[in-house]
Amino acid sequence: MTFAVVVFPGSNCDHEAQYMAETVLGQQVRMVWHKETSLSDVDVVILPGGFSHGDYLRTGAIARFSPIMGAVKAFAERGGPVIGICNGFQILQESGLLPGAMLRNRDLRFHCEYISIRVDQTDTPFTTLCTPGQVLRVPISHGEGNFFAETSVIDQLEKDRRVIFRYSNVHGEAIEAANPNGSVANIAGVCNERRNVVGLMPHPERASERRLGSDDGLILFRSAMDALATRGALQAV
Amino acid sequence: MIQEGELKARVFVTLKPSVFDPQGRAIMEALHSLGYDQAADVRQGKYFLLDLNVPSVADAEKMAAEIADRVLANPVIESFKIEVADATIEVADATIDVDGAAK
Repeated sequence: MTFAVVVFPGSNCDHEAQYMAETVLGQQVRMVWHKETSLSDVDVVILPGGFSHGDYLRTGAIARFSPIMGAVKAFAERGGPVIGICNGFQILQESGLLPGAMLRNRDLRFHCEYISIRVDQTDTPFTTLCTPGQVLRVPISHGEGNFFAETSVIDQLEKDRRVIFRYSNVHGEAIEAANPNGSVANIAGVCNERRNVVGLMPHPERASERRLGSDDGLILFRSAMDALATRGALQAV
Repeated sequence: MIQEGELKARVFVTLKPSVFDPQGRAIMEALHSLGYDQAADVRQGKYFLLDLNVPSVADAEKMAAEIADRVLANPVIESFKIEVADATIEVADATIDVDGAAK
């Protein structure tokens, strides 16, 4: 199976994503420069974390216009699994592929720490191997991860079960004390209407080896491999 | 007659009133600690100055509004105001959907 890792100027978790998929999971990885325009030869697209274009203007605001984003949209429209991690999530929001926007963390601090998230929905390509309510220990590393959307949008997301991950304590309780950044309803990750595009602020790719703290993040990528093996690879267009 | 390239558009981007502004809050608290208790609220925003090579004020307004809506502001959380020459346009809630993407 081939993972694409899209590299923007300022991406800095691209190598972690590559290492996780290639070395830990033994899969093919294609590093895709943001000026490229085709994703026809890959099975899963990862938009990695970092500070694309220096986070100038807004996080993800300039990366959204990179040539590769047309291919990412087309790939998503064909039903291909796309995951945006941290800055990758912000880019997907700016592109309109995922709802909401990120505000500065409530306490104005950059948070770099292990936190817990609860998996609320398992019917996305990145959560099929999870059990509902499963708690994952994964790191966050962001200054702007305070998920915001108008109340009507949040209500619709809840109704459509599109909140996939919530910040929680180790027992899976999404309480205020477990909310690191002020996100509405403890939202850590969401999906699109079709459920094939997922974004989350935590870094599952940085939690891929137990000796480095946690391997809880691997289940997202194993799920994608499992989902594709079950359903068969996408037909390239 | 205004020469091409002489038109300057000023774009002010601010968080919508419904959106909490943690930076504005921090600044307000700093002002209070300096004794400016009358500072009831502070909202932080962004200011852009565009030099536009277009023939008329109307063209400058149109282009600045399009640039603000498409790039400079995120309509999910921000609104913007444009000033060209003496004209002022208030755009409370951006709705232009340039690339057809649902926000």
